Amino acid sequence: MMAFLNSISWVAVAFHTLAAVVVISALLVVLVRNIVHAVLWLAVCFIALAGVFLTLDADFIALVQILVYAGAVCIMVVFGIMLIRRGNMGESNQFNRQVFAGGGVAVLVTLLSGVLSFRIRYAGSPPDVPENTVDQIATLLLSKYVIPFEVAALLLLVALVGAIFLAKEVKADADS
Amino acid sequence: MLTLSVSLHHYLILAAVLFGIGLFGVLTKRNAVAVLICVELMLNAININLLAFNKYITPGDFIGQIFAIFVITVAAAEVGVGLAIIIAIYRNKLSVNLDEFDWLKW
Repeated sequence: MMAFLNSISWVAVAFHTLAAVVVISALLVVLVRNIVHAVLWLAVCFIALAGVFLTLDADFIALVQILVYAGAVCIMVVFGIMLIRRGNMGESNQFNRQVFAGGGVAVLVTLLSGVLSFRIRYAGSPPDVPENTVDQIATLLLSKYVIPFEVAALLLLVALVGAIFLAKEVKADADS
Repeated sequence: MLTLSVSLHHYLILAAVLFGIGLFGVLTKRNAVAVLICVELMLNAININLLAFNKYITPGDFIGQIFAIFVITVAAAEVGVGLAIIIAIYRNKLSVNLDEFDWLKW
């Protein structure tokens, strides 16, 4: 029994469990009929994805994932749904008339990228990712990648101003 | 004997499946907010790919992780602006059904 337990790679067990949770919750996001429930399953999917990122030695990205996606994005989408609520919520997440065409395209893209991904060759056992990822990312972001970093800051500012401007109530006499 | 292993290909397959689910939602959903949610699923599939390549191909350079941070930033900005646009359209049209957004069609 002990030999069996020692032979299992626990990272592999964690990956397969988390991958199953990710795929099932993503399917539920698409298939449930109430859009608020879809957002709740989306939060489950994002948290499981943070676990997948942990198995990839990306602990900082995993925390950012929980903070930004599971925290901010899901809450913002729920507020958006509240502002545009109309009619029966139980029928708020329906399909349009292109279900079979869209499903065909999605299956084709998935099969194509799956087949292509098996053609990748890489060195069998790569060196490990350095232990302390936050230090390395911080140094790189403020030295080699400082211009993209500042451009991203500008993009966030522009998005903030644009979102406020677009969502603001437009007065009838605004142009006077 | 149970041989449960994990390699780059496992992550790429997971990302492909997640991308396919998101694409299916984007193409077939009627509600504009649902389409926005499915775009988020697709962006997350891309992040899995970036982090997997970072681990298995360039572990010391952190290119994939830094790119993933930028993808998350842009995705957050996209959700904010997208929701604002949907709310602005809802105010004019009193609907979020994408089939009724047909001002550019004549």
